Amino acid sequence: MTMKLIKKYRDGRIFWPSMVFFAILVFNTLISGGEFLSITIMDGHFYGRLIDIFRNGSKLMLLAMGMTFVIASGGIDISVGSVMAIAGAIACSVIRGNLFPALQGSVFFALVLALAAGALCGAWNGFLVSRVKIQPMVATLILMVAGRGIAQLITNGKIITVNSQAYYFINGGYILGLPFPLYLVMALFAGALVFTKKTAFGLFLASSGINEKSSRLAGIEVENIKLLVYVFCGLAAAGAGLIESSGIKGADCNNAGLMIELDAILSVAIGGNLLTGGRFSLGASLFGALIIQSITTTIYAMGVPPEVIQLVKALLVITISLIQSEKIGLKLIPAKEAVS
Amino acid sequence: MKRKRNFSEISLLTITLALFAVMYLGGILFYGFRISTFLNLFNDNAYLIVATTGIFFVLLTGGIDISIGSVVAFTCVFSAWLLEKGVPSGVVIPLVLLIGLAFGSLQGFLIVRFDLQPFIVTLAGLFFMRALCSIISKAAIAIKNPFYLKVALAKIRFTLGRQHPKIYFYALFAIAVVLATAFVLKFTKFGRTVYAVGGSEQSASLMGLPARGTRVMVYGISGFCASLGGVVYSLYTLAGYSLQNIGMELDAISSAVIGGTLLTGGVGSIFGAAIGVLIQGLIQTVVTYQNLNTWWTKVTVAALLCLFIIIQRAMSVNGEQARKKRLIRVA
Repeated sequence: MTMKLIKKYRDGRIFWPSMVFFAILVFNTLISGGEFLSITIMDGHFYGRLIDIFRNGSKLMLLAMGMTFVIASGGIDISVGSVMAIAGAIACSVIRGNLFPALQGSVFFALVLALAAGALCGAWNGFLVSRVKIQPMVATLILMVAGRGIAQLITNGKIITVNSQAYYFINGGYILGLPFPLYLVMALFAGALVFTKKTAFGLFLASSGINEKSSRLAGIEVENIKLLVYVFCGLAAAGAGLIESSGIKGADCNNAGLMIELDAILSVAIGGNLLTGGRFSLGASLFGALIIQSITTTIYAMGVPPEVIQLVKALLVITISLIQSEKIGLKLIPAKEAVS
Repeated sequence: MKRKRNFSEISLLTITLALFAVMYLGGILFYGFRISTFLNLFNDNAYLIVATTGIFFVLLTGGIDISIGSVVAFTCVFSAWLLEKGVPSGVVIPLVLLIGLAFGSLQGFLIVRFDLQPFIVTLAGLFFMRALCSIISKAAIAIKNPFYLKVALAKIRFTLGRQHPKIYFYALFAIAVVLATAFVLKFTKFGRTVYAVGGSEQSASLMGLPARGTRVMVYGISGFCASLGGVVYSLYTLAGYSLQNIGMELDAISSAVIGGTLLTGGVGSIFGAAIGVLIQGLIQTVVTYQNLNTWWTKVTVAALLCLFIIIQRAMSVNGEQARKKRLIRVA
């Protein structure tokens, strides 16, 4: 039984990304002389660098899941950063009472409206891609440009701060000693996993990404599947935007989620998912997000200037793309999978 | 097929021109635009016109280059840094142009040789150049080189009654770049190959055209024009700052699209793309006149971009239906 599980893990797509993540953890532990792994308990909460990686990486993990679906469908969504800004702007404006004065102070409605706005943004992207048939890159470019502007118009170009303990809880809260954002990630992951593995959705999605035409001939409603993945991605982005805005206790439309779309795409790529669409693994993307977060932490810890992080990321993207390229012919993906 | 293409190109250009004319007339009526307003459109957007020319080549082949904003920023920061160190401008300018060309060509090589997605490669390029900017200097560096100062202030002044409109030399330079591009695309072998590759790469290579080499070259041109745009921008602001021009690639792409370039490749006119830049400049001017939040510019540009893409889409659907009808008739 255990042997079988180990073999399944060894052959699975999650193997390499998780190994890299653990290798980075080991490396960190060595250079910090063991301090890295130490977790202290204060007021019943866990504190430590490892916990920080999980907490700070939660935004990216949410985005990575949404992006995995979109990329699996053969698309891309570069508007997630702007959607984060919109979600934060709406939530903070509602709590402050600048938007819908009747709902002032209601964190619940703020969250519902922010998530609904995220889903609406996703639906708009999905509409443009699946119905108007615009290339995904260009369709989401529109919202990427306009979204930040819309967020600015919601907040009237100001940085809005909120004073609400309930709202702070989204990023700073703890349940059973673990940071609250981690539960959000786990909940979304569990939901998405059940939805893709226990229904035919996952299969349909991968099939649409591999060959749209034949999937349509096989009776799969490719258009609706595409619409759905963009809505999911918008929702995940709104969730990430709420965590970010709760973390800074306000809405900063200029900087919320700036350039994070690139990190989200990178997470999916590092997780070993093909950027051209098709077969995907949510778990592998989560490890991809954790790898990026831990590399960032490592670089900070080593005292290297943070600008270098981008340089490293840029080289990583190219390396991964080259490894994935069929022209190079490194057969890292098992043959049976390449066929399917 | 060919006639249909020409038709859609011309009608897209007409829409763009009409839009510009209507907006400008509105500006004259409501805000009292003068000749100088018109010339300032060129003065303020010269760098964007130059950079758009580069990305226009890439879009024509059906590719995309999102690294140009970072390349512009890198050019400004790097040349400001070199000039501060006392390197003569005669060395700095050729050097940054060469870097732009080499960087663009490298991206093109990766994309074509290894069949990578243009979006991913140029995304990495965006990261890379932006990182280099902040490694060189996080603070803004002012340019005090006498040659730069002289060129930056060189202008032609007209006298029309009581008005004294002026146009800077670098704006004239941008116009020259557009004219040169138009010539290359219309009358050289290379230019015609770019259009052919954009129409269908497979057909182009079957015709014996150097499709792959051309695709590498357009990215090289894009990098080169981006650094050329960077030189113009450093003349415009006389400084280099690592966080400048974030999102400029989107301005350039939307200019080209508003100017009637099809993102699927093969169709587009450089004059349209240049007018696209001017339309964005007009929007910016109106927003400033109205004293609105500057973000209205972005929202309006995005709405226009969306509108034009949908018009393009409708046109190509129409074209396809017409072709299908013809095929049925032939059968």
